[in-house]
Amino acid sequence: MESDSNNILHEVTKQEYKYGFVTDIDTEFAPRGLTEDTIRFISAKKNEPEFMLEFRLKAFRHWLTMKQPDWAHLTIEPIDFQDIIYYAAPKKKKELSGLDQVDPELLATFNKLGISLEEQKKLAGVAVDAVIDSVSVKTTFSETLSKYGIIFCSFSEAVQKHPDLVKQYMGSVVPYSDNFFAALNSAVFSDGSFCFIPKGVRCPVDLSTYFRINAANTGQFERTLIVAEEGAYVSYMEGCTAPQRDENQLHAAIVEIVALKDAEVKYSTVQNWYPGDKEGKGGIYNFVTKRGICKGSNAKISWTQVETGSAITWKYPSCILLGDNSIGEFYSVAVTNNHQQADTGTKMQHLGKNTRSTIISKGISAGKSNNSYRGLVRIAKNAVNSRNYSQCDSLLLGSACGAHTFPYIQVENKSSIVEHEATTSKISEDQLFYCQQRGIDMESAIGLIVNGYAKEVLRQLPMEFAVEAQKLLSISLEGSVG
Amino acid sequence: MLLSINDLHASIADKEILKGVHLEVNKGEVHAIMGPNGTGKSTLASVIAGREVFEVTHGEITYQGKNLLKMAVEERAREGIFLGFQYPVEIPGVSITNFMRTAVNEIRKYKGLDPLSGIDFMRLMEEKKKLVEITSNLTNRSVNEGFSGGEKKKNEIFQMAMLEPTLAILDETDSGLDIDALRIVANGVNKLRRPDNAFVVITHYQRLLDYIVPDFVHVLFEGRIVKSGGKELALELEEKGYDWIKKAQE
Repeated sequence: MESDSNNILHEVTKQEYKYGFVTDIDTEFAPRGLTEDTIRFISAKKNEPEFMLEFRLKAFRHWLTMKQPDWAHLTIEPIDFQDIIYYAAPKKKKELSGLDQVDPELLATFNKLGISLEEQKKLAGVAVDAVIDSVSVKTTFSETLSKYGIIFCSFSEAVQKHPDLVKQYMGSVVPYSDNFFAALNSAVFSDGSFCFIPKGVRCPVDLSTYFRINAANTGQFERTLIVAEEGAYVSYMEGCTAPQRDENQLHAAIVEIVALKDAEVKYSTVQNWYPGDKEGKGGIYNFVTKRGICKGSNAKISWTQVETGSAITWKYPSCILLGDNSIGEFYSVAVTNNHQQADTGTKMQHLGKNTRSTIISKGISAGKSNNSYRGLVRIAKNAVNSRNYSQCDSLLLGSACGAHTFPYIQVENKSSIVEHEATTSKISEDQLFYCQQRGIDMESAIGLIVNGYAKEVLRQLPMEFAVEAQKLLSISLEGSVG
Repeated sequence: MLLSINDLHASIADKEILKGVHLEVNKGEVHAIMGPNGTGKSTLASVIAGREVFEVTHGEITYQGKNLLKMAVEERAREGIFLGFQYPVEIPGVSITNFMRTAVNEIRKYKGLDPLSGIDFMRLMEEKKKLVEITSNLTNRSVNEGFSGGEKKKNEIFQMAMLEPTLAILDETDSGLDIDALRIVANGVNKLRRPDNAFVVITHYQRLLDYIVPDFVHVLFEGRIVKSGGKELALELEEKGYDWIKKAQE
């Protein structure tokens, strides 16, 4: 029985290649290191049109002239960019035959997160029927979306099937020359997601990378492009609350969002990459460039992020408010524990008239970690009657961690209003005692208090994501007090 | 015997506050502990609840036949000890509903019971809210955040009603209350009095005892219970003041 189902599974998992771009790619590695040849190799392997190769090469040549930035409040070990393999054909994760082969610590975390058994097997790389399910789910899902004219596919697939759209929008929000890591990504990006919502369409479901099976293998240099045409709406979710391990230490992703007139894009992410061990060994470097542009009037872009993972996080999801009356929002919870470092925040560029932005940032530091908020609010001369409200709170657990706030405010006209509030607090002995006296143990009490503190941000997340994120916050801080 | 305190000494930062307290509480009883400020009333309440800043240097506390001093704070709570705080702390962003649901289910888990379903929990809350006469919007707010003094104390009584403790200690619950709030708090206690539970009411003034009639009154002075009696002792104290006790001690 057992082996029968395994055989079926084996067949099905082989079939998986049918559904993705990966069909026509051999299992091959690019040689270690980065030269123009590497770029040509990647582009050829992906059978890319000429304009993509040109884009990659321009990015690469520009990258060669750049230096790794050092302005963030981070301590980063030197990265040898010639010691990285920039292309490996997407490979199946090694499959395990049962959950008993999975790291028990990982399973304990899954259980605490309330992830179903089937889901657990999938995440841990155990072969299950769920694979069959998700293939069929994916198919029905795509059919539903195409009825609305919505395109939701891998970036590589978009390059093949919708080159005009890719050509039009790729690099229009984050130019390859934007920064060191953006240039690197533009030169070597592996894959990612592409999402296009046509004029007037309200996407009926939350789009989640969950439905893109091969998204799991595109972690290192991921590239995402979301375009919402006039009057369109989409809520997009990225990431996963389950702990993500990856042998690649350096992650440099790009996310671009374009919102045309009256369009709205809501982007939610939960980031839980491996943060390294308690002594700070290992862990992912997560250097991400995320930016959206409200191109037309009354457009709205909202970023919500829950950041609990990675050894080092360097990430500033930003909004360019070009259209008049456009709105930008940034809601963030960033947790650092043990030796984690985070330098994260946002940039709100007010260019159009009557533009509005809201920034709610909640930092939580524990252990020996360092957590910085860095945010820019710029109101240009022509952005008359614009408004910004920023609230940056820091919560400290214990006395060995650090919380820092670096707000940059530039206002170039007199009719705009910018408000900035900041607080720093600690979980008090009184609060813990009060909870414990009601029968709630220390760990649960911390979870309760931290979730209360982060509530304004968590309530921005889509429902099921929010429930998982709440549990994740508690788990990330386990053992940090007492 | 529900609670038995024998020759209890406790100190904070090497300063001895309790200097040999004896107290026995049976189920079905209400005890009032009175005394001037700074004589150790709140310390006694904190030590029973298990607050770690106080060090017990001598003596024992037995609760339902168990050594209470060996138990963690939350374990004492789960075993039925409730402390009504003099200064309830604010927990921003945590609704009273969520807070109480966590507490009720933690206690149920400890007792080997399944967690209450959402509907059953809401039903229980409505019932207890009626009992302590609190309005519905209070429970949607964050725990004690922006509450008036009276609202905080009513919230303590509401939580007591929800958790149905075996031994409830109310630490100066009457302080800072106007007469209406005082009456609501006292009514809550009176409605919750049962033959199988007990109350220790700590108060500075006799006023509260017009509403909650105690079986026993104790006077705590300089870390010891120096006088015990029936409810008439409270009236005597009201009439003669604490100077009378002080003089008797000298």
